[in-house]
Formats: sequence, C-alpha cells, structure tokens
Amino acid sequence: MNYDPMKPIWLQVATRLKRQIATGTLAPGAKLPGGRELAAQYGINPNTAARIYQELEREGVCATSRGLGTFVTEDERAVQSLRREMAHDALEQFLEELSGLGMTVGDAIDLIKREESNNDHMQTTDEEVRQ
Amino acid sequence: MITCRQLTKKYGSKAAVDAVDLTLEPGHVYAMMGPNGSGKTTWMKMAAGLVRSTGGEILYNGKPIGVESRRHVAYMSTEPYFYNWMTARDVGKYYQDFFDDFSMEKYEKLLQRMDLDIAAKVRTLSSGMMAKLKIAVTMARDAKVYMLDEPFNGIDLLARDEIRTCILEEAAADKVMVLSSHLVEEMETIADWAVFLKNGRLVEMRDLEQMRSTDHVSMADRYREIYGHTEG
Repeated sequence: MNYDPMKPIWLQVATRLKRQIATGTLAPGAKLPGGRELAAQYGINPNTAARIYQELEREGVCATSRGLGTFVTEDERAVQSLRREMAHDALEQFLEELSGLGMTVGDAIDLIKREESNNDHMQTTDEEVRQ
Repeated sequence: MITCRQLTKKYGSKAAVDAVDLTLEPGHVYAMMGPNGSGKTTWMKMAAGLVRSTGGEILYNGKPIGVESRRHVAYMSTEPYFYNWMTARDVGKYYQDFFDDFSMEKYEKLLQRMDLDIAAKVRTLSSGMMAKLKIAVTMARDAKVYMLDEPFNGIDLLARDEIRTCILEEAAADKVMVLSSHLVEEMETIADWAVFLKNGRLVEMRDLEQMRSTDHVSMADRYREIYGHTEG
C-alpha cells in the first residue's frame, strides 16, 4: 500500500479496511488479522495497527473478542451506515471538485442527469447495432 | 528503559554527541534521524556499551550501561563484521558463542524466511543478502533493546521489504527498537517516534502520528525543515 506520509497512517489503513467492509470484500463476521500481523502485512508500526482496530471498534464496524481476535461486525445496519457514510464522503469530494471548477450543486445535478441519459442512449445504440 | 542525561562524547575538542537528554520506552520503534555526522552511530555505540561517554550518563533500567546491559542490547553496526570464509551457519555459531540469548532455531527460521541459504559463504553474498544476514543474526537474539544502524542502506526494494517485515514482527510491547537511517521515506510508517539529531545535539523527539494529525507534516517534511537551508 502506498501511503501519504503527511496524513496519519492509521487513518489511511482504517479507511482502506472500511472500504473493504463496505464493498463486502471483507464479509460480515470475517476474522481480521491480529495487530502484529496487520502491522507486518501493511508495513506499519504495531502501535499504529492497534490504533486502527481501536478506531474501527469505536465506530462499531469491528468487534474484538478477548482471546479470539478481531472480527468484522455482523450487524448489517452498521455495514449499511458505513456504506452511506463512504458514499457521502465521495459525494462531498465530488462537489468540492466541481465547486472548484465554478459549478453549483444544480449544475452538478444537470451534469449527472446528462451523463446518465448519454449512457442510456449509448446502451440503446449498442443494442440497435447488435440487432 | 534507556535514559540519557547530558550525554556527551568528545573526540578531542569535537563533540560527536553533545549534551543529549533522551528517554526511550519499551513498546516503541524509534527512528534516529539525521545526516551523516549528526551523532546517530556514536549514540548507538554508547547505548550498546561499545563506546564510553566523556560526559553525562546513559542508563539502562536505571543502571549505567555496562556488562549487564550488554546482555539485553542487540546492536547491528554498519561495518561488516564477518569473515569471508564463514558460511551463514558459521555466523550463527559465532553469535551463539557470544550471546546467551541467541537462538539458532530462530536464526534458521529468519534466514529461511528471508530466502537465505544457511550454507552460503559470506564471500558470495550480494549487499542485499549481506544486509539480510546481519538483520537475521541480530534479531535471532532475545534482547530487550534492538538497535539497527542503517538497516536499509544500499539494498534493493525487495530486500528492504523483507527487512521491514522482519523488524515489525519482532517489535513488541516489552522491547525498544531503535533504527537509524538517512533513508527517511523508509522509516515513515514503521517508526512511531522520530529522534532528530543535528551536529550531535538533540533537536527534538516527535510522535509521528500526532505530528501528522496536528501539523499535517511527514517525517520527511520535518527532516527538510530541520536540516535544509543551513550548513551541515
């Protein structure tokens, strides 16, 4: 994994793990590597690795059972709210980018609609060509 | 675990380490940072009990560094210290004679994991393999303090990855790890504290994750701020 050394390392790895949980790459109830293992796997300090699990637990996306290890939550609602949260972050980033280009939220909505109808149109022409 | 107060080492009138106050606690990986000549190696050699201080004091668990502490401190120097005729196995035996806490079993495991042949002669090793051998023989000790001087120097990316993994697997709550390097990027993610030395003096000691959160700077940025723009 490539890190941005100006941002906290724990945050970068935690974000990556959360994305894997949100997309289902890490399934509900899946066992996560131990702290030391996580450290070796990601090439990070063991204290940083411990911090990652602390944060994921605090956010309710992981749980640690003493002696058994850390697991992805089985609570479907927690995963869903994580998905919403990540979608929200992506949206915010997108809007920020567009605002930098001088576009309003209204412009952004128009843009999305046009993109969508373009895609639909392309799909129909594809089908027409095939026929 | 290691405390130094006003620690000084002078060679003639030149101070290699100059009035350094520092405390290193178990459970952390410290990056000793600074360009050549900043005092990293001299500091490590004093902590390893190989060089005597000329002023101040350096303590291991409250006692002066000496015969007792040397049993708990594993130090890897930058100089090559094996004979060319030795095989990797001979290097292990040599260490076994020297150190009670050396485990041949652990050594063999480390060699195997880093893809080194125990029958290989030191003479035939590339610089990357030599670096790995030095790490393996140092980490095969069951010490409380590991000090590695320039573990990443002059070796390829893959060997660096292997060495990094080996260091991280050995880092534990009851151990102190001290790594020196002028390859700053290599140290960013594995260390949790950075010790910046300049002209033998301690500039500062920083919690790296905290520094990233509060100041939004990397260790490399801080390095540039401390050592850039001025003479040596």
